[in-house]
Amino acid sequence: MSKLVKLKKGFDINLAGKAALELADFASAQTFAIKPTDFLGIQRPKVLVNEGDTVKAGTPILFDKAMDQVKYVAPVSGEIVEVKRGEKRKLLEIKILADKETTFEDLGKIDLGKVDRDTLKAKLAESGVWPNLIQRPYGIVANPDDTPKAIFISAFDSNPLAPDYGFTLQGEEQYFQAGLDALAKLTDGKVHLNVDGSKNVPAIFANAKGVEINKFSGPHPAGNVGVQIHHLDPINKGELAWTISPVGVVQIGKLVLNGVFDASKVIAVTGSELTKTGYVKTVTGASVSSFVKGNLNSGHVRVISGNVLTGEKISLEGYMGFYHNQVTVIPEGDYEEFLGWIKPTTSKLSFHKAIGMFSFMNKGEFKVDTNTHGEERPFVVSGVFEKVLPMDILPTYLFKAIIAEDFDEMEELGLYEIVEEDVALCEFVDPSKNELQELVRSGIELLMYS
Amino acid sequence: MKALQNLFDSIKPNFEKGGKWEKFYTLYEGHRTIAFAPDLVTKAKGAQIKDATDLKRVMITVVIAMIPALIFGILNVGEQHFLAVGETAGFGDKVLFGLISVLPILIVSYGVGLVTEFIFCVVRNHPVSEGFLVSGMLIALVMPPHIPLWQIALATIFAVVIGKEVFGGTGMNILNVAMTARAFLYFAYPAQISGDQVWTYLGDKAAVDGFSGATALGVAYGASTEGTPVVEALASHNAAMGADFSFMNMFMGWIPGSIGETSTLMALIGAVILIYTGVASWKIIVGGFGGAYAMGLLMNALAVNEYMAMPAHYHLVMGGLAFGVVFMATDPVSAAQTETGKWIYGILIGFMTVVIRVTNPAYPEGIMLAVLLMNVFAPLIDYYVVKANKTRRLQRATV
Repeated sequence: MSKLVKLKKGFDINLAGKAALELADFASAQTFAIKPTDFLGIQRPKVLVNEGDTVKAGTPILFDKAMDQVKYVAPVSGEIVEVKRGEKRKLLEIKILADKETTFEDLGKIDLGKVDRDTLKAKLAESGVWPNLIQRPYGIVANPDDTPKAIFISAFDSNPLAPDYGFTLQGEEQYFQAGLDALAKLTDGKVHLNVDGSKNVPAIFANAKGVEINKFSGPHPAGNVGVQIHHLDPINKGELAWTISPVGVVQIGKLVLNGVFDASKVIAVTGSELTKTGYVKTVTGASVSSFVKGNLNSGHVRVISGNVLTGEKISLEGYMGFYHNQVTVIPEGDYEEFLGWIKPTTSKLSFHKAIGMFSFMNKGEFKVDTNTHGEERPFVVSGVFEKVLPMDILPTYLFKAIIAEDFDEMEELGLYEIVEEDVALCEFVDPSKNELQELVRSGIELLMYS
Repeated sequence: MKALQNLFDSIKPNFEKGGKWEKFYTLYEGHRTIAFAPDLVTKAKGAQIKDATDLKRVMITVVIAMIPALIFGILNVGEQHFLAVGETAGFGDKVLFGLISVLPILIVSYGVGLVTEFIFCVVRNHPVSEGFLVSGMLIALVMPPHIPLWQIALATIFAVVIGKEVFGGTGMNILNVAMTARAFLYFAYPAQISGDQVWTYLGDKAAVDGFSGATALGVAYGASTEGTPVVEALASHNAAMGADFSFMNMFMGWIPGSIGETSTLMALIGAVILIYTGVASWKIIVGGFGGAYAMGLLMNALAVNEYMAMPAHYHLVMGGLAFGVVFMATDPVSAAQTETGKWIYGILIGFMTVVIRVTNPAYPEGIMLAVLLMNVFAPLIDYYVVKANKTRRLQRATV
């Protein structure tokens, strides 16, 4: 049965710098990178290429010794120009200088009518599309040896300035359907496709077949797949579910129909500090420099791969994360403000209505910088996190259990159902300025590795 | 502002590692962040933007919500004084008298409290937290108008050290800090904070004939033991001076009592500010008033003595119930922290207050003990609410 779920809790952050629904004429990116740190759950990454090697799109670059079936492959063809390592030789980036014309590794088409589950899994695992599949609990790259109870796809992104999949996936209908068909073979349960119930559903999703279409409406985080799972078929101890983004589904579809690893996608270039915003067609792992350099309103900015709630700070020459479909540029906030803690304001965005905070009367767009607006404190105010987490979970108690490293409590209070993005809004609204996403990850790692 | 920034910058090296006052870095930082919101930015991973509200703003909201009660308290201290000594005085004289009585108390509670807090911050090397902004004001508002200042100082030190810092500072305390201060004085120096003589400041003048300094709660209890109807006793109390305990007078707050607690109206204005800004839980406030009213009705139904027969709505305006429910019970740290728990916690505070008032002659003011008692029980309430959540999750797994 398809479900219609109306969520009330949450908060929509209305930022300035939206991308209009059209392709803008950005120069195309020259270099691309794979960042092993994007893939949660990788334990011992091993590089398969050396600097100077030439690769095709789909050539394996990297694998995890702890799960060696899964290959991480080159998104474009070209030359490996750098294998960048950090402290203790930690692998940071493998950079590829792209050819003008992309040549693809021939991975062989897949006949979904004939292929069995294990062969399909092996095929997906070695072709580079596998890391799109994320396992819940824990939010790590799925293990091909498992069979999930169901697969969940959130067909809309409710994060600030997020790309509109209805626009970015235009023309990919057949690949999307092929991807869904492939996913259906990976589970004995259902494939859930969760669409935005408050808008017209784009044809690509409305016409999808072989899946359960559920509608979710309400403020962010209604588009978070974790929230959706909680309301459809929550994850209990010992259960596994997989999630994948629509962009990942299309990648799988292209492998099935064309036999290639085609990581091209349309991303949104957004943020208040850009002179020109818009959508651009590029490839996973693209360098953002051609989109942001020379396109800035001011000199002192933060470039973010992803959105402002869950993204990652990168440099002006940095690379997009594997899972990110947008780049956001906002002002850096390293300034002091005289009596900033008490000054009345309508222009600073706040979820709260404490004295002087009149942003709730301002229905316009906000320009928000990276200032924390206060220092870290113990939890004092109660009942705030509960207002932005539309799940039957007690976030404050869960956070305290993680701080106390109480394994039983973490389990019982629902850490299996949560990943970082689900508490991103909690982290945003917290007047005590705690790093809650980091905290949740540390709790997950405690459960995983001990 | 640049000059102030430069001043801070110029003294900063003294407080940094290796500087001559490095131990006092936390104080330097504490003062700088009051002058200037800090230049901290979000980390590379995680939320890249943060809400513009911080704990300082939340705390100052509570302080602002208490200001009507403070202003009214200052006026009422003067009003009660001139009534008692039988002089007529203008508005200005009353305010002046009130200021002379109240300001020293406020200064001592803030001064002593902040110094204690600073000493702990330096010794324990934790940041100066904004919690005492609220506690300092609360302590002053729950004291009688002419309590010896050294007692305020002692109580404040006790409350900050034993009530808060031993547990780890703001956010970690079990009991409400201001209630701890008041309870300390109540048990350590009862002569200055209970009875009939402490609520109105006479100075060196004599009270007019027939004046009684008793509070409404005291009058109600006295009437009940004599067997006269409580409402009549309240209405005839000091009636000759035009200062009777009618419902309206008690609601407005023109009655003797602790500095800030007499006016139900001012507490309600505070409640509106706190609820509108979302800083305090409306569930606790509504639960508190509702619980007291419900218990009042229950008492009416039983009515074995005159106090129990007193109309239930009188309970809401007598004593410190309104002030306690609005400003003390809602302290988020010592209150219940689950949403269901807040209802139970608020209602039980209302219940307990009326039960203690009516049935226990030793403690006419029930709200103080009710809040402290429920502070202690709040974690237990939460424990069961959390357990219910866990059970729902477990049951789901077996279905």
